Amino acid sequence: MLTIKNLHASVEGTPILKGINLEIKPGEVHAVMGPNGSGKSTLAQVLVGHEAFEVTEGEILFDGQNLLDLEVEERALAGLFLAFQYPVEIPGVSNLQFLRTAVNTLRKHRGENELDSPSFMKMAKEKAKQVDLGPDFLKRGVNEGFSGGEKKRNEIMQMLMMEPRLGILDETDSGLDIDALKTIANGVNTLRAENRSFLVVTHYQRLLNHIVPDVVHVLAGGQIIKSGDKQLAMELEEHGYGWLGINEAEAAG
Amino acid sequence: MAESNKPEDFVKHEYEAGFVTDIESDTFEPGLNEDVIKRLSEVKGEPEWMLEWRLEAYRQFQEMTEPNWQKVNFEPVDLQSISYYSAPKKDTDKPQSLDEVDPELLRTYEKLGIPLHEQKALAGVAGAGTPAEAEAGSSEEGGAYSNVAVDAVFDSVSVVTTFKNKLAEAGVIFCSISEALQEYPELVKKYLGSVVPRGDNYFASLNSAVFSDGSFVYVPKGVKCPMELSTYFRINAENTGQFERTLIIADEGASVSYLEGCTAPQRDENQLHAAVVELVALDDAEIKYSTVQNWYPGDENGKGGIFNFVTKRGMARGRNSKISWTQVETGSAVTWKYPSCVLKGDNSVGEFYSVALTNNYQQADTGTKMIHIGKNTRSTIIAKGISAGKSDQSYRGLVKFQPTAEGARNFTQCDSLLIGDKCGAHTFPYIENKNSSATVEHEATTSKVSDEQMLFCRQRGIDPEQAVSMIVNGFCKEVFKELPMEFAVEAGKLLEVSLEGSVG
Repeated sequence: MLTIKNLHASVEGTPILKGINLEIKPGEVHAVMGPNGSGKSTLAQVLVGHEAFEVTEGEILFDGQNLLDLEVEERALAGLFLAFQYPVEIPGVSNLQFLRTAVNTLRKHRGENELDSPSFMKMAKEKAKQVDLGPDFLKRGVNEGFSGGEKKRNEIMQMLMMEPRLGILDETDSGLDIDALKTIANGVNTLRAENRSFLVVTHYQRLLNHIVPDVVHVLAGGQIIKSGDKQLAMELEEHGYGWLGINEAEAAG
Repeated sequence: MAESNKPEDFVKHEYEAGFVTDIESDTFEPGLNEDVIKRLSEVKGEPEWMLEWRLEAYRQFQEMTEPNWQKVNFEPVDLQSISYYSAPKKDTDKPQSLDEVDPELLRTYEKLGIPLHEQKALAGVAGAGTPAEAEAGSSEEGGAYSNVAVDAVFDSVSVVTTFKNKLAEAGVIFCSISEALQEYPELVKKYLGSVVPRGDNYFASLNSAVFSDGSFVYVPKGVKCPMELSTYFRINAENTGQFERTLIIADEGASVSYLEGCTAPQRDENQLHAAVVELVALDDAEIKYSTVQNWYPGDENGKGGIFNFVTKRGMARGRNSKISWTQVETGSAVTWKYPSCVLKGDNSVGEFYSVALTNNYQQADTGTKMIHIGKNTRSTIIAKGISAGKSDQSYRGLVKFQPTAEGARNFTQCDSLLIGDKCGAHTFPYIENKNSSATVEHEATTSKVSDEQMLFCRQRGIDPEQAVSMIVNGFCKEVFKELPMEFAVEAGKLLEVSLEGSVG
């Protein structure tokens, strides 16, 4: 589904990703772990097309398409979804209006009928409930005045609505208590399917107790230095990144 | 790639109302003097006192100089080079029935989406959808002017006013001001200039001398006007100025909601629009005045466009009266406009809700004045300014409490949204307080449509143009909800059109 070959990317001339190779097959959940500054979030941002990052080398194939040829919105319509680490506020635009625009744009792209108001409302309420958000959240401005945890749940709710081919979670677990973590994991797990994959970017292993990955990668200094199964995450948790010879401060520099 | 996907790249004004109607007109030679005013008054068959009133205004005008305190730059208008009267040719000067109106004019309004056929307008009501649907943004095309009586002003004259009979049944007078001068001279004489005096300011005095047409509304005691009233102003002729005069009176306990819309052809020359609007609300009366202003703004290099220099003021004269201004301003090359409220009656209320969008080289200096005179008077100002392109926009507002304004209150909120980094937004709030019991609150924010917001929307599959439009509409929400619902939908569409642009 997703093939990343020798991906190099930099921001304002500073290289961040230095040759990433990664292959995600349909139905798989891949976790990318690594210390702060290792390039985890950059990888997520480059995949969706964040314009602050310049891809200097390598290629990304998504369902056979060259992802780097596509605009941000085209990648989204192709089935790429990013649950942002820092979801932005859009004051005055209700969650409902935002989601309806997004979902109907996607349906139109897929050649499906746009959802009418009542059916959309019904669906939105169901999905909101799945992540413990009350119906009043639908009427509020997008992330406007939401707590950190509410913003993260709102991201997962959007993912449930958009049913992507590849869901990317960028440190969705950071700053969440254990209950919220479980809620989010449940949301993701209900979406797991044979033809849907996930890339879970996280600093900590604890999320992976709830979203059990097929493959775990450790990213350091802009490269994947080790890959393994879920045991790798456990070992990292136990021994710390130092165990792999990574100096956190150095990696961040 | 990075350069081509900034929010500002998705902002381009495509002006849809820029066509010219090919119609024969009676147009005065350019120039301004007492003879022109006499001829204008004569053509309109006005009473003698009206001519005297005009001439006195002209005398005062000649003593004045053009104001220059606004934060705008433009070539001064040569008042001798424009014509002060231009009207489509017709047999009589009496207002006509619809059958007698030139079909070319009817087509013009149809093209602008303003139905002048009452039957069609009524049919539009049935097809306009439920309020809930409209709220969800699914309202039907053309539904905006459905349950609305329209006075259509073309250049210097009113061509037709719809639903006059239906309104008359309720006792409401809605006609052109020219007709009101014939039919209800006493009412006009009593209130004209009572809110904006002849010598008020340079352009108001000019208007007082040469105003050609506009709307007149009188809602009698205790009557709630049964439909929305609106005037649609169209400038068509070249080298003319439009000087409209609108007078709305809500008698004791009466209420009315009125809306004006405006468009003009796309031309390389600037055209002057200098209007005066006066509102009078007596005891317990309420007037809601909404504007959707879409005058031609000039091209993307700043050539052409309307100079929109207007004086709008409402007098909340009676106890518990209320005047509410709502404006959505997307047009004009240069705008100065400060719809104001004089809160004279005790417990009277003044409101000003404004969205002003400037793009390309547009300049706007706009805001309001709230003059608190009566006890416990309250005013609210919500001003939203959106600047894009190389435009420059200023909010200028005065909140004044007279010594008599015991317990008066004001709340002001000014928010500016910048799209791109070549535009400007400025805020000039003035507060004069002569009463220690008065309270005033002022909040101001400036924000940008951020790259992060754009990325967020686009990552959800929303194209950049739609994303900018959605963000801007969200920013304006507090004001849009004050508009009559049909027009809120229209205003949203207008913003969308004003923000339309090519991708990359």
